[in-house]
Amino acid sequence: MDFSTSIPIYLQIIEEFKRQIAIGSLRPGDKIPSQRELALELKVNANTVQRAYREMEILGLVETLRGQGTFICQNPRLVEETKTEMLTNLIDEFLQAMNSLGYKEEAVLELLKERCEQHQISTGQEGSNE
Amino acid sequence: MIQGSQALVVRDLRKKYPGTEALKGIDLTLPKGEICGLLGPNGSGKSTLLKCVIGLLQADSGTIEIFGQKPSRHTKAQIAFVPEIDNLYRWMTVQETIDFISTFYEDWEPQRVPDLLDFMRLEPEKRVSSLSKGMRARLKLILTLARTAPLVLLDEPFSGIDPSSRDRIVEGIVREFKSEEQTMIISTHAVGDTEQLFDSVVFLDEGTVNLQGNAEDLRVRYRKSINDLFKEVFA
Repeated sequence: MDFSTSIPIYLQIIEEFKRQIAIGSLRPGDKIPSQRELALELKVNANTVQRAYREMEILGLVETLRGQGTFICQNPRLVEETKTEMLTNLIDEFLQAMNSLGYKEEAVLELLKERCEQHQISTGQEGSNE
Repeated sequence: MIQGSQALVVRDLRKKYPGTEALKGIDLTLPKGEICGLLGPNGSGKSTLLKCVIGLLQADSGTIEIFGQKPSRHTKAQIAFVPEIDNLYRWMTVQETIDFISTFYEDWEPQRVPDLLDFMRLEPEKRVSSLSKGMRARLKLILTLARTAPLVLLDEPFSGIDPSSRDRIVEGIVREFKSEEQTMIISTHAVGDTEQLFDSVVFLDEGTVNLQGNAEDLRVRYRKSINDLFKEVFA
């Protein structure tokens, strides 16, 4: 994690947990580090980690069981929901940036399609070179 | 006596030295349980402010309240202060320094010392004169962390030391700080990669508070890291 950015540190911590849930390296029911352990690992003020964990409980990402620790919620739709949310955010950001450059949705779609095709060609070539 | 939720309240604090006005009316409030970064270039008044809080200096005017009380011998015992200056005796060993300092404080916890020495990678039999500046800074931190004082003031703990010592000190603070019972002020003239330590920050500029607030709120409001904000304010 890079703490020299303008993104609040507790949000960066939450995003990292979401990312790990989305890619499946954290699964529902998995135990996550204690607040103290994570604070030490990231060398971040324990109050900041506490805030991140509190928010994640509110968001329904994790639950803390008294005396046992903090776990990823046993919600079968959690992975899908987290993925969808991250995806939607990425696309929204991209669309906003394109809109600010003056491109409307139809133009963006067209450009995106073109770009995807080029991407396929270039990655295909890389593959054949190996 | 009613204990409020503030660890430190400073109102319109002023202090003049011959020829210079070090503090020009400082106002700040520090809630209990937080780590506050007192940030400003050299000569901005950070050390003067900390010395007024511990009672080593008398302000010309204004008020200071520590856990709701005026500075006194009683409040002084509640504060662990690490001055910027090198106040260690060079002829002592690390262990002798620890034994010597421990006699001054009632809140000293001897059972924490071996673990702290180990964590800070200091050998008890080494002489202070043989320690690098970074090692001496680590020893100074141990002298504070072995106490249970509810208010901890660290004046420039990262100044002029090697990156690995700085990392150890950052880690030591994260490891030992107990937000349920402690409040900490860390002054520094270079934020660098220490900004993740701070709950709140106070920017001190030529004896006045330029900016203060919750670190996460400031990142959002100014769309900058604390380090970038610091560079901009003091450019």
